Amino acid sequence: MSVADIGFEGVSFPSNALSDVPFRVYTDPEQYRLEQERIFKGPTWNYLCLAGEIPNPGDWVATTLGEVAVIIARGPDGAVNAFVNRCAHRGNLLCLTNKGHGKEITCIYHGWSYDLEGHLTGVAFERGVKRQGGMPPEFRKDEHHLQRLRVAELCGLVFGTFDEDVEDLEAYLGPLVVGGMKRVLNRRFHVIGRSTQVLPNNWKLYAENVKDTYHASILHSFLTTFRINRLSMPGSINIDESGGHHFSQAKLDYAAEDADYKAAQLRADTDLKLADNSVIEAFDEYGDQVSVQILTVFPNMVLQQVRNTIAVRVIRPRAVDKTELDWVHLGFDDDDDAMTERRLRQGNLIGAAGYIALEDGCVGGFVQRALQYNDEGSGVVMMGGHEAESQTFRASEAAIRGFWKKYRALIGA
Amino acid sequence: MDESALRQGIDDLYAVYADCIDDDRLEEWPDFFVDDCRYLITDRESHQAGLRHGVIYCASHGMLMDRITTMRRVLVYEPHRYRHILGPARLGAVNDGVVAARANFLAVRIMHDGETSLFATGRYLDRIDVSRSPFRFIERLVILDSQKIDTLLVIPL
Repeated sequence: MSVADIGFEGVSFPSNALSDVPFRVYTDPEQYRLEQERIFKGPTWNYLCLAGEIPNPGDWVATTLGEVAVIIARGPDGAVNAFVNRCAHRGNLLCLTNKGHGKEITCIYHGWSYDLEGHLTGVAFERGVKRQGGMPPEFRKDEHHLQRLRVAELCGLVFGTFDEDVEDLEAYLGPLVVGGMKRVLNRRFHVIGRSTQVLPNNWKLYAENVKDTYHASILHSFLTTFRINRLSMPGSINIDESGGHHFSQAKLDYAAEDADYKAAQLRADTDLKLADNSVIEAFDEYGDQVSVQILTVFPNMVLQQVRNTIAVRVIRPRAVDKTELDWVHLGFDDDDDAMTERRLRQGNLIGAAGYIALEDGCVGGFVQRALQYNDEGSGVVMMGGHEAESQTFRASEAAIRGFWKKYRALIGA
Repeated sequence: MDESALRQGIDDLYAVYADCIDDDRLEEWPDFFVDDCRYLITDRESHQAGLRHGVIYCASHGMLMDRITTMRRVLVYEPHRYRHILGPARLGAVNDGVVAARANFLAVRIMHDGETSLFATGRYLDRIDVSRSPFRFIERLVILDSQKIDTLLVIPL
Protein backbone atom coordinates (compact mmCIF):
# COMPACT_ATOMS: atom_id res chain seq x y z
CA MET A 1 0.00 0.00 0.00
CA SER A 2 1.47 3.32 -0.96
CA VAL A 3 1.17 6.41 1.17
CA ALA A 4 -1.03 7.95 -1.52
CA ASP A 5 -3.52 5.10 -1.09
CA ILE A 6 -4.06 5.87 2.55
CA GLY A 7 -4.52 9.55 1.90
CA PHE A 8 -1.48 10.73 3.80
CA GLU A 9 -0.04 13.83 2.27
CA GLY A 10 2.69 14.42 4.77
CA VAL A 11 3.45 16.60 7.72
CA SER A 12 1.99 20.05 7.22
CA PHE A 13 4.32 23.02 7.26
CA PRO A 14 3.05 25.97 9.31
CA SER A 15 3.86 28.57 6.67
CA ASN A 16 5.55 29.09 3.34
CA ALA A 17 8.66 30.41 5.07
CA LEU A 18 11.72 28.23 4.49
CA SER A 19 12.88 29.21 7.97
CA ASP A 20 9.93 27.39 9.55
CA VAL A 21 10.62 23.63 9.86
CA PRO A 22 8.09 21.50 11.77
CA PHE A 23 9.78 19.07 14.16
CA ARG A 24 7.45 16.24 13.15
CA VAL A 25 9.28 15.81 9.83
CA TYR A 26 12.02 14.03 11.79
CA THR A 27 9.76 11.69 13.75
CA ASP A 28 6.79 10.71 11.59
CA PRO A 29 7.11 7.19 10.10
CA GLU A 30 4.60 8.00 7.37
CA GLN A 31 6.62 11.05 6.35
CA TYR A 32 9.59 8.71 6.08
CA ARG A 33 7.65 6.46 3.69
CA LEU A 34 6.59 9.48 1.66
CA GLU A 35 10.23 10.55 1.35
CA GLN A 36 11.21 7.15 -0.01
CA GLU A 37 8.66 7.51 -2.80
CA ARG A 38 8.83 11.21 -3.61
CA ILE A 39 12.47 11.99 -2.87
CA PHE A 40 14.66 8.92 -3.17
CA LYS A 41 12.56 7.20 -5.85
CA GLY A 42 11.42 10.56 -7.18
CA PRO A 43 13.04 13.05 -9.57
CA THR A 44 16.42 13.15 -7.84
CA TRP A 45 19.89 11.91 -8.76
CA ASN A 46 21.31 9.74 -5.99
CA TYR A 47 24.96 8.87 -5.51
CA LEU A 48 25.42 5.13 -6.12
CA CYS A 49 29.14 4.30 -6.19
CA LEU A 50 32.52 5.26 -7.58
CA ALA A 51 33.11 4.36 -11.22
CA GLY A 52 36.46 3.01 -10.01
CA GLU A 53 34.71 0.34 -7.93
CA ILE A 54 33.59 -1.38 -11.15
CA PRO A 55 36.58 -0.82 -13.46
CA ASN A 56 36.08 -3.85 -15.74
CA PRO A 57 33.18 -5.31 -17.74
CA GLY A 58 31.47 -7.87 -15.52
CA ASP A 59 32.20 -6.01 -12.27
CA TRP A 60 29.22 -5.19 -10.10
CA VAL A 61 28.48 -3.70 -6.70
CA ALA A 62 25.28 -3.96 -4.69
CA THR A 63 24.14 -0.99 -2.63
CA THR A 64 21.01 0.96 -1.81
CA LEU A 65 19.23 3.98 -3.22
CA GLY A 66 17.22 5.26 -0.30
CA GLU A 67 16.10 1.96 1.21
CA VAL A 68 15.87 0.23 -2.18
CA ALA A 69 18.42 -2.50 -2.93
CA VAL A 70 20.13 -1.82 -6.27
CA ILE A 71 22.96 -3.27 -8.38
CA ILE A 72 25.42 -1.23 -10.42
CA ALA A 73 27.22 -3.25 -13.09
CA ARG A 74 29.63 -2.58 -15.91
CA GLY A 75 28.29 -4.29 -19.02
CA PRO A 76 30.33 -6.03 -21.72
CA ASP A 77 30.37 -2.78 -23.74
CA GLY A 78 31.95 -0.92 -20.81
CA ALA A 79 28.81 1.09 -20.03
CA VAL A 80 27.56 1.41 -16.46
CA ASN A 81 24.10 -0.04 -15.82
CA ALA A 82 21.98 0.04 -12.70
CA PHE A 83 18.90 -1.97 -11.84
CA VAL A 84 16.98 -3.11 -8.80
CA ASN A 85 18.43 -5.99 -6.81
CA ARG A 86 15.17 -7.91 -7.04
CA CYS A 87 14.44 -10.93 -9.17
CA ALA A 88 11.58 -10.37 -11.63
CA HIS A 89 10.24 -13.84 -10.80
CA ARG A 90 9.42 -13.85 -7.08
CA GLY A 91 11.16 -10.75 -5.83
CA ASN A 92 14.18 -12.42 -4.28
CA LEU A 93 17.38 -10.50 -3.59
CA LEU A 94 19.71 -11.33 -6.48
CA CYS A 95 23.12 -10.20 -5.18
CA LEU A 96 23.73 -11.21 -1.60
CA THR A 97 27.21 -9.71 -1.23
CA ASN A 98 28.29 -6.14 -1.85
CA LYS A 99 30.45 -6.82 -4.88
CA GLY A 100 31.28 -9.43 -7.47
CA HIS A 101 32.19 -10.20 -11.04
CA GLY A 102 30.62 -12.35 -13.74
CA LYS A 103 28.89 -12.49 -17.12
CA GLU A 104 25.51 -12.87 -15.54
CA ILE A 105 23.69 -12.73 -12.24
CA THR A 106 21.68 -15.79 -11.26
CA CYS A 107 18.98 -15.88 -8.63
CA ILE A 108 19.67 -18.57 -6.04
CA TYR A 109 15.97 -19.24 -5.49
CA HIS A 110 14.81 -20.61 -8.88
CA GLY A 111 17.85 -20.04 -11.08
CA TRP A 112 16.58 -17.15 -13.20
CA SER A 113 19.58 -15.40 -14.70
CA TYR A 114 20.18 -11.92 -16.03
CA ASP A 115 22.93 -10.29 -18.05
CA LEU A 116 24.69 -7.19 -16.72
CA GLU A 117 22.25 -4.94 -18.52
CA GLY A 118 19.37 -6.47 -16.56
CA HIS A 119 17.90 -8.59 -19.39
CA LEU A 120 16.42 -11.93 -18.37
CA THR A 121 18.53 -14.51 -20.20
CA GLY A 122 17.64 -17.78 -18.59
CA VAL A 123 14.73 -19.44 -16.77
CA ALA A 124 15.45 -22.78 -15.15
CA PHE A 125 13.22 -25.55 -16.57
CA GLU A 126 11.56 -23.04 -18.89
CA ARG A 127 10.39 -25.93 -21.09
CA GLY A 128 9.52 -28.09 -18.10
CA VAL A 129 10.83 -31.53 -17.22
CA LYS A 130 10.12 -34.46 -19.57
CA ARG A 131 7.68 -32.24 -21.50
CA GLN A 132 5.66 -31.60 -18.37
CA GLY A 133 5.27 -28.26 -16.63
CA GLY A 134 7.37 -25.34 -17.69
CA MET A 135 6.34 -21.88 -18.71
CA PRO A 136 3.23 -21.44 -20.88
CA PRO A 137 3.87 -20.43 -24.51
CA GLU A 138 2.83 -16.81 -23.93
CA PHE A 139 5.67 -16.33 -21.44
CA ARG A 140 8.34 -14.11 -23.02
CA LYS A 141 11.64 -13.49 -21.31
CA ASP A 142 11.99 -10.03 -22.83
CA GLU A 143 8.93 -8.90 -20.91
CA HIS A 144 10.53 -9.67 -17.58
CA HIS A 145 13.77 -7.71 -17.38
CA LEU A 146 14.95 -6.10 -14.16
CA GLN A 147 13.67 -2.63 -13.42
CA ARG A 148 16.39 -0.32 -14.70
CA LEU A 149 17.59 3.00 -13.34
CA ARG A 150 18.98 5.85 -15.38
CA VAL A 151 22.64 6.35 -14.59
CA ALA A 152 25.06 9.21 -15.10
CA GLU A 153 28.69 9.70 -14.22
CA LEU A 154 30.47 12.88 -13.17
CA CYS A 155 34.04 13.22 -11.87
CA GLY A 156 34.27 9.45 -11.39
CA LEU A 157 31.08 9.33 -9.29
CA VAL A 158 28.10 7.28 -10.48
CA PHE A 159 24.60 8.58 -9.85
CA GLY A 160 21.24 6.94 -10.52
CA THR A 161 17.59 7.82 -10.64
CA PHE A 162 14.30 5.94 -10.91
CA ASP A 163 12.75 8.95 -12.62
CA GLU A 164 12.38 9.03 -16.41
CA ASP A 165 11.86 12.75 -16.62
CA VAL A 166 14.36 14.37 -14.29
CA GLU A 167 16.83 16.57 -16.15
CA ASP A 168 20.35 15.33 -16.89
CA LEU A 169 22.71 15.17 -13.94
CA GLU A 170 24.71 18.31 -14.71
CA ALA A 171 21.55 20.34 -15.29
CA TYR A 172 20.15 18.91 -12.04
CA LEU A 173 23.21 20.08 -10.11
CA GLY A 174 23.61 23.39 -11.90
CA PRO A 175 26.91 24.85 -13.13
CA LEU A 176 27.90 26.29 -9.74
CA VAL A 177 27.88 22.95 -7.90
CA VAL A 178 29.32 21.07 -10.89
CA GLY A 179 32.20 23.56 -10.69
CA GLY A 180 32.65 22.89 -7.00
CA MET A 181 32.78 19.16 -7.63
CA LYS A 182 35.28 19.49 -10.47
CA ARG A 183 37.49 21.68 -8.30
CA VAL A 184 38.00 18.88 -5.76
CA LEU A 185 37.93 15.79 -8.00
CA ASN A 186 40.26 17.33 -10.56
CA ARG A 187 42.46 14.29 -11.17
CA ARG A 188 42.47 10.51 -10.91
CA PHE A 189 41.73 9.27 -7.41
CA HIS A 190 41.48 6.01 -5.50
CA VAL A 191 40.01 4.78 -2.22
CA ILE A 192 42.34 4.90 0.80
CA GLY A 193 39.80 3.90 3.45
CA ARG A 194 36.18 3.20 4.28
CA SER A 195 33.96 3.06 7.31
CA THR A 196 30.32 3.40 8.23
CA GLN A 197 29.04 5.52 11.08
CA VAL A 198 25.62 4.51 12.38
CA LEU A 199 23.71 7.65 13.35
CA PRO A 200 20.83 7.41 15.84
CA ASN A 201 18.78 10.02 14.01
CA ASN A 202 16.63 10.86 11.02
CA TRP A 203 18.60 11.27 7.78
CA LYS A 204 17.55 14.90 7.36
CA LEU A 205 19.24 15.92 10.60
CA TYR A 206 22.54 14.88 9.07
CA ALA A 207 21.72 16.36 5.66
CA GLU A 208 21.07 19.68 7.41
CA ASN A 209 24.16 19.37 9.61
CA VAL A 210 26.51 19.34 6.64
CA LYS A 211 24.83 22.43 5.22
CA ASP A 212 25.03 24.21 8.55
CA THR A 213 28.04 26.55 8.58
CA TYR A 214 26.71 28.17 11.77
CA HIS A 215 27.45 25.22 14.09
CA ALA A 216 30.96 24.39 12.91
CA SER A 217 32.99 26.69 15.10
CA ILE A 218 30.61 26.29 18.08
CA LEU A 219 29.95 22.57 18.42
CA HIS A 220 33.35 21.56 17.08
CA SER A 221 35.47 23.23 19.71
CA PHE A 222 38.59 21.53 18.35
CA LEU A 223 38.51 24.15 15.61
CA THR A 224 38.46 27.13 17.95
CA THR A 225 40.69 25.60 20.63
CA PHE A 226 43.42 25.02 18.11
CA ARG A 227 42.61 28.17 16.16
CA ILE A 228 41.77 26.38 12.93
CA ASN A 229 38.47 27.51 11.50
CA ARG A 230 36.59 30.55 12.62
CA LEU A 231 33.51 32.07 11.06
CA SER A 232 35.54 35.28 10.68
CA MET A 233 37.69 33.59 8.06
CA PRO A 234 36.76 34.56 4.50
CA GLY A 235 34.35 32.13 2.95
CA SER A 236 31.13 31.65 1.06
CA ILE A 237 28.00 29.59 0.74
CA ASN A 238 27.08 28.69 -2.83
CA ILE A 239 23.62 27.31 -3.47
CA ASP A 240 22.11 26.09 -6.75
CA GLU A 241 18.80 27.42 -8.02
CA SER A 242 16.76 24.48 -6.71
CA GLY A 243 18.24 25.01 -3.25
CA GLY A 244 19.07 21.34 -2.78
CA HIS A 245 22.74 21.34 -3.69
CA HIS A 246 25.43 23.59 -2.33
CA PHE A 247 29.01 24.04 -1.40
CA SER A 248 30.49 26.13 1.35
CA GLN A 249 34.09 27.26 1.37
CA ALA A 250 36.41 28.65 3.99
CA LYS A 251 39.68 30.20 2.97
CA LEU A 252 42.84 30.08 4.97
CA ASP A 253 46.06 32.02 4.83
CA TYR A 254 48.17 28.89 5.20
CA ALA A 255 51.44 30.74 5.88
CA ALA A 256 49.83 33.05 8.46
CA GLU A 257 48.25 30.11 10.24
CA ASP A 258 51.58 28.36 10.47
CA ALA A 259 53.23 31.47 11.96
CA ASP A 260 50.24 32.01 14.25
CA TYR A 261 50.40 28.46 15.44
CA LYS A 262 54.13 28.57 16.13
CA ALA A 263 53.68 31.79 18.10
CA ALA A 264 50.87 30.21 20.13
CA GLN A 265 53.13 27.27 20.96
CA LEU A 266 55.53 29.73 22.61
CA ARG A 267 52.93 31.65 24.59
CA ALA A 268 52.21 30.63 28.15
CA ASP A 269 48.53 31.66 28.05
CA THR A 270 47.44 28.86 25.76
CA ASP A 271 47.93 25.77 27.84
CA LEU A 272 46.15 23.48 25.42
CA LYS A 273 48.54 22.49 22.70
CA LEU A 274 48.78 19.61 20.30
CA ALA A 275 51.83 17.49 20.99
CA ASP A 276 52.03 16.57 17.32
CA ASN A 277 50.91 19.21 14.81
CA SER A 278 50.93 16.88 11.87
CA VAL A 279 47.21 16.25 12.23
CA ILE A 280 46.53 19.82 11.07
CA GLU A 281 49.57 20.57 8.93
CA ALA A 282 47.96 21.20 5.58
CA PHE A 283 49.31 21.84 2.12
CA ASP A 284 47.43 24.18 -0.24
CA GLU A 285 47.11 21.47 -2.87
CA TYR A 286 44.60 23.36 -5.01
CA GLY A 287 46.59 26.60 -4.85
CA ASP A 288 43.48 28.67 -4.04
CA GLN A 289 43.76 28.90 -0.25
CA VAL A 290 40.45 27.09 0.23
CA SER A 291 41.02 24.92 3.29
CA VAL A 292 37.50 23.56 3.69
CA GLN A 293 34.90 22.87 1.04
CA ILE A 294 31.76 20.94 1.89
CA LEU A 295 29.57 20.12 -1.11
CA THR A 296 26.20 18.42 -1.05
CA VAL A 297 24.15 16.73 -3.73
CA PHE A 298 20.50 16.38 -2.80
CA PRO A 299 19.48 14.04 -1.32
CA ASN A 300 22.24 11.67 -0.29
CA MET A 301 25.83 12.76 -0.97
CA VAL A 302 28.51 14.95 0.53
CA LEU A 303 31.88 15.62 -1.06
CA GLN A 304 34.34 17.07 1.38
CA GLN A 305 37.73 18.65 1.24
CA VAL A 306 38.79 19.38 4.80
CA ARG A 307 42.37 20.51 4.42
CA ASN A 308 43.99 17.55 2.65
CA THR A 309 41.31 15.02 3.52
CA ILE A 310 39.07 14.19 0.60
CA ALA A 311 36.01 12.03 1.20
CA VAL A 312 32.63 11.12 -0.16
CA ARG A 313 30.01 10.68 2.52
CA VAL A 314 26.84 8.83 1.61
CA ILE A 315 23.71 9.37 3.66
CA ARG A 316 21.67 6.17 3.83
CA PRO A 317 18.28 6.37 5.55
CA ARG A 318 17.57 3.16 7.46
CA ALA A 319 14.56 4.04 9.58
CA VAL A 320 12.81 7.21 10.67
CA ASP A 321 15.34 7.46 13.52
CA LYS A 322 18.34 5.64 12.07
CA THR A 323 20.81 6.60 9.35
CA GLU A 324 24.00 5.04 8.09
CA LEU A 325 26.74 7.36 6.97
CA ASP A 326 29.29 5.74 4.67
CA TRP A 327 32.70 7.40 4.59
CA VAL A 328 34.79 6.79 1.47
CA HIS A 329 38.23 8.34 1.96
CA LEU A 330 40.10 9.25 -1.19
CA GLY A 331 43.67 9.87 -2.26
CA PHE A 332 44.91 10.98 -5.66
CA ASP A 333 46.96 8.77 -7.95
CA ASP A 334 49.70 11.40 -8.13
CA ASP A 335 50.14 11.57 -4.33
CA ASP A 336 53.70 10.90 -3.22
CA ASP A 337 54.47 9.12 0.08
CA ALA A 338 54.56 12.38 2.03
CA MET A 339 51.16 13.44 0.68
CA THR A 340 49.64 10.04 1.46
CA GLU A 341 50.99 10.20 5.01
CA ARG A 342 49.61 13.75 5.33
CA ARG A 343 46.14 12.61 4.27
CA LEU A 344 46.26 9.65 6.68
CA ARG A 345 47.31 11.80 9.63
CA GLN A 346 44.72 14.48 8.87
CA GLY A 347 42.23 11.61 8.65
CA ASN A 348 41.98 11.96 12.45
CA LEU A 349 39.96 15.11 11.83
CA ILE A 350 37.08 13.32 10.13
CA GLY A 351 34.93 10.19 10.36
CA ALA A 352 33.45 8.42 13.38
CA ALA A 353 36.51 9.26 15.50
CA GLY A 354 37.22 12.63 13.87
CA TYR A 355 38.18 15.64 15.95
CA ILE A 356 35.81 17.82 13.93
CA ALA A 357 33.27 15.17 12.94
CA LEU A 358 32.58 12.83 15.84
CA GLU A 359 30.29 15.35 17.49
CA ASP A 360 28.08 15.28 14.40
CA GLY A 361 27.61 11.57 15.16
CA CYS A 362 25.93 12.29 18.47
CA VAL A 363 24.29 15.69 18.03
CA GLY A 364 21.63 14.40 15.62
CA GLY A 365 20.80 11.72 18.18
CA PHE A 366 20.39 14.37 20.86
CA VAL A 367 17.88 16.22 18.67
CA GLN A 368 16.05 12.96 17.91
CA ARG A 369 15.85 12.15 21.62
CA ALA A 370 14.57 15.63 22.48
CA LEU A 371 11.82 15.27 19.86
CA GLN A 372 10.66 11.89 21.17
CA TYR A 373 6.90 12.29 21.74
CA ASN A 374 7.55 16.01 21.95
CA ASP A 375 7.51 17.02 18.31
CA GLU A 376 4.94 19.80 18.19
CA GLY A 377 6.05 23.17 16.92
CA SER A 378 8.81 24.23 14.59
CA GLY A 379 12.49 24.94 14.57
CA VAL A 380 13.85 28.37 13.70
CA VAL A 381 16.16 28.50 10.70
CA MET A 382 16.54 32.27 10.31
CA MET A 383 20.25 32.83 10.64
CA GLY A 384 21.30 35.03 7.73
CA GLY A 385 17.72 35.79 6.66
CA HIS A 386 14.81 33.87 5.16
CA GLU A 387 16.04 33.10 1.66
CA ALA A 388 18.07 30.26 0.24
CA GLU A 389 20.51 32.17 -1.90
CA SER A 390 24.28 32.16 -2.13
CA GLN A 391 26.08 34.32 0.42
CA THR A 392 29.61 35.59 0.92
CA PHE A 393 29.53 34.99 4.67
CA ARG A 394 29.04 31.84 6.71
CA ALA A 395 27.17 32.98 9.84
CA SER A 396 24.10 31.76 8.03
CA GLU A 397 21.64 28.92 7.64
CA ALA A 398 20.93 29.70 3.99
CA ALA A 399 21.99 26.25 2.76
CA ILE A 400 19.65 24.56 5.26
CA ARG A 401 16.81 26.69 3.92
CA GLY A 402 17.89 25.53 0.46
CA PHE A 403 17.43 21.93 1.60
CA TRP A 404 13.85 22.69 2.64
CA LYS A 405 13.15 24.54 -0.59
CA LYS A 406 14.06 21.44 -2.61
CA TYR A 407 12.47 19.06 -0.10
CA ARG A 408 9.14 20.89 -0.07
CA ALA A 409 9.05 21.13 -3.86
CA LEU A 410 9.47 17.35 -4.10
CA ILE A 411 7.24 16.31 -1.22
CA GLY A 412 4.50 18.76 -2.19
CA ALA A 413 4.43 20.59 1.15
CA MET B 1 64.30 -14.53 28.19
CA ASP B 2 62.61 -17.91 28.51
CA GLU B 3 59.27 -18.51 26.89
CA SER B 4 57.21 -18.53 30.05
CA ALA B 5 58.62 -15.18 31.16
CA LEU B 6 57.86 -13.76 27.71
CA ARG B 7 54.31 -15.08 27.81
CA GLN B 8 53.80 -13.77 31.31
CA GLY B 9 55.08 -10.36 30.23
CA ILE B 10 52.76 -10.16 27.20
CA ASP B 11 49.75 -11.40 29.19
CA ASP B 12 50.44 -8.71 31.78
CA LEU B 13 50.83 -6.01 29.13
CA TYR B 14 47.51 -6.94 27.53
CA ALA B 15 45.66 -7.08 30.85
CA VAL B 16 47.10 -3.83 32.18
CA TYR B 17 46.43 -2.05 28.86
CA ALA B 18 42.75 -3.08 28.95
CA ASP B 19 42.43 -2.10 32.63
CA CYS B 20 43.97 1.30 31.92
CA ILE B 21 41.25 2.06 29.36
CA ASP B 22 38.36 0.45 31.24
CA ASP B 23 39.36 2.12 34.53
CA ASP B 24 39.51 5.50 32.79
CA ARG B 25 43.21 6.09 33.46
CA LEU B 26 43.69 7.20 29.88
CA GLU B 27 46.45 9.67 30.69
CA GLU B 28 48.63 6.56 31.14
CA TRP B 29 47.57 5.06 27.81
CA PRO B 30 50.23 6.66 25.55
CA ASP B 31 52.99 5.21 27.74
CA PHE B 32 52.09 1.70 26.62
CA PHE B 33 53.75 2.70 23.34
CA VAL B 34 57.32 3.48 22.34
CA ASP B 35 57.98 7.01 21.03
CA ASP B 36 58.16 5.99 17.40
CA CYS B 37 54.94 4.01 17.34
CA ARG B 38 51.89 3.32 15.26
CA TYR B 39 48.35 2.86 16.54
CA LEU B 40 45.65 2.28 13.98
CA ILE B 41 41.97 1.39 14.19
CA THR B 42 40.73 -0.16 10.97
CA ASP B 43 38.49 -3.05 9.98
CA ARG B 44 39.08 -6.51 8.59
CA GLU B 45 37.88 -5.75 5.07
CA SER B 46 39.95 -2.57 4.74
CA HIS B 47 42.98 -4.28 6.24
CA GLN B 48 42.73 -7.17 3.82
CA ALA B 49 42.35 -4.75 0.92
CA GLY B 50 45.56 -3.03 1.98
CA LEU B 51 43.83 0.30 2.66
CA ARG B 52 46.02 2.37 4.95
CA HIS B 53 43.47 4.81 6.34
CA GLY B 54 42.43 4.30 9.95
CA VAL B 55 39.40 5.59 11.80
CA ILE B 56 42.12 6.55 14.26
CA TYR B 57 45.63 6.87 12.81
CA CYS B 58 48.40 7.73 15.24
CA ALA B 59 51.98 7.65 14.01
CA SER B 60 53.73 9.10 17.05
CA HIS B 61 53.56 9.14 20.83
CA GLY B 62 52.47 12.78 20.57
CA MET B 63 49.47 11.85 18.43
CA LEU B 64 48.40 9.38 21.14
CA MET B 65 48.69 12.10 23.78
CA ASP B 66 46.61 14.43 21.59
CA ARG B 67 43.86 11.81 21.41
CA ILE B 68 43.58 11.92 25.20
CA THR B 69 43.99 15.70 25.57
CA THR B 70 41.22 16.32 23.07
CA MET B 71 38.82 13.74 24.49
CA ARG B 72 39.33 15.10 27.99
CA ARG B 73 39.26 18.82 27.31
CA VAL B 74 37.92 19.60 23.87
CA LEU B 75 35.52 17.10 22.34
CA VAL B 76 31.81 16.93 23.11
CA TYR B 77 30.14 13.55 23.64
CA GLU B 78 28.11 11.64 26.21
CA PRO B 79 30.09 10.07 29.05
CA HIS B 80 30.65 6.35 28.58
CA ARG B 81 33.22 3.66 29.24
CA TYR B 82 34.20 0.27 27.90
CA ARG B 83 34.69 -3.18 29.33
CA HIS B 84 37.27 -5.11 27.31
CA ILE B 85 37.17 -8.90 27.32
CA LEU B 86 40.34 -10.40 25.85
CA GLY B 87 41.08 -13.77 24.36
CA PRO B 88 44.40 -15.50 24.99
CA ALA B 89 47.48 -13.96 23.39
CA ARG B 90 49.24 -15.85 20.63
CA LEU B 91 52.93 -15.10 20.21
CA GLY B 92 55.25 -15.28 17.23
CA ALA B 93 59.01 -15.62 17.30
CA VAL B 94 61.24 -13.00 18.92
CA ASN B 95 63.42 -11.11 16.44
CA ASP B 96 65.87 -8.44 17.62
CA GLY B 97 63.91 -7.92 20.79
CA VAL B 98 60.59 -7.56 18.99
CA VAL B 99 57.77 -10.09 19.18
CA ALA B 100 54.66 -10.27 17.02
CA ALA B 101 51.54 -11.05 19.04
CA ARG B 102 47.81 -11.12 18.55
CA ALA B 103 44.67 -11.48 20.63
CA ASN B 104 40.94 -11.25 20.09
CA PHE B 105 38.94 -8.68 21.98
CA LEU B 106 35.39 -7.73 22.66
CA ALA B 107 34.51 -4.25 23.90
CA VAL B 108 31.20 -3.53 25.60
CA ARG B 109 30.11 0.11 25.83
CA ILE B 110 28.40 1.30 29.01
CA MET B 111 26.72 4.68 28.62
CA HIS B 112 26.38 7.07 31.56
CA ASP B 113 22.74 6.07 31.99
CA GLY B 114 23.63 2.39 32.19
CA GLU B 115 22.65 1.51 28.61
CA THR B 116 24.99 -1.37 27.79
CA SER B 117 25.72 -2.69 24.32
CA LEU B 118 28.26 -4.63 22.33
CA PHE B 119 30.35 -1.88 20.76
CA ALA B 120 33.17 -3.66 18.95
CA THR B 121 34.81 -7.01 18.38
CA GLY B 122 38.08 -7.62 16.64
CA ARG B 123 41.69 -8.56 16.88
CA TYR B 124 44.81 -6.78 18.03
CA LEU B 125 47.79 -7.31 15.73
CA ASP B 126 50.84 -6.15 17.64
CA ARG B 127 54.56 -5.74 17.42
CA ILE B 128 55.98 -5.40 20.91
CA ASP B 129 59.38 -4.28 22.15
CA VAL B 130 60.35 -7.00 24.65
CA SER B 131 64.01 -5.98 24.88
CA ARG B 132 63.41 -4.02 28.06
CA SER B 133 60.89 -3.87 30.87
CA PRO B 134 58.12 -2.91 30.81
CA PHE B 135 57.22 -4.22 27.37
CA ARG B 136 55.83 -1.56 25.02
CA PHE B 137 53.92 -1.53 21.75
CA ILE B 138 55.83 -0.53 18.65
CA GLU B 139 52.68 -1.08 16.65
CA ARG B 140 49.14 -1.93 17.65
CA LEU B 141 46.67 -2.49 14.82
CA VAL B 142 43.09 -2.74 16.02
CA ILE B 143 41.31 -4.73 13.34
CA LEU B 144 37.56 -4.41 13.87
CA ASP B 145 35.38 -7.23 12.59
CA SER B 146 32.77 -4.79 11.29
CA GLN B 147 33.05 -1.60 9.30
CA LYS B 148 30.12 -0.14 11.22
CA ILE B 149 30.73 2.06 14.23
CA ASP B 150 27.78 3.12 16.35
CA THR B 151 27.53 6.91 16.75
CA LEU B 152 31.16 7.75 17.47
CA LEU B 153 34.49 6.41 18.66
CA VAL B 154 36.38 8.63 21.08
CA ILE B 155 37.86 6.34 23.74
CA PRO B 156 40.65 4.20 22.27
CA LEU B 157 40.23 0.44 22.02
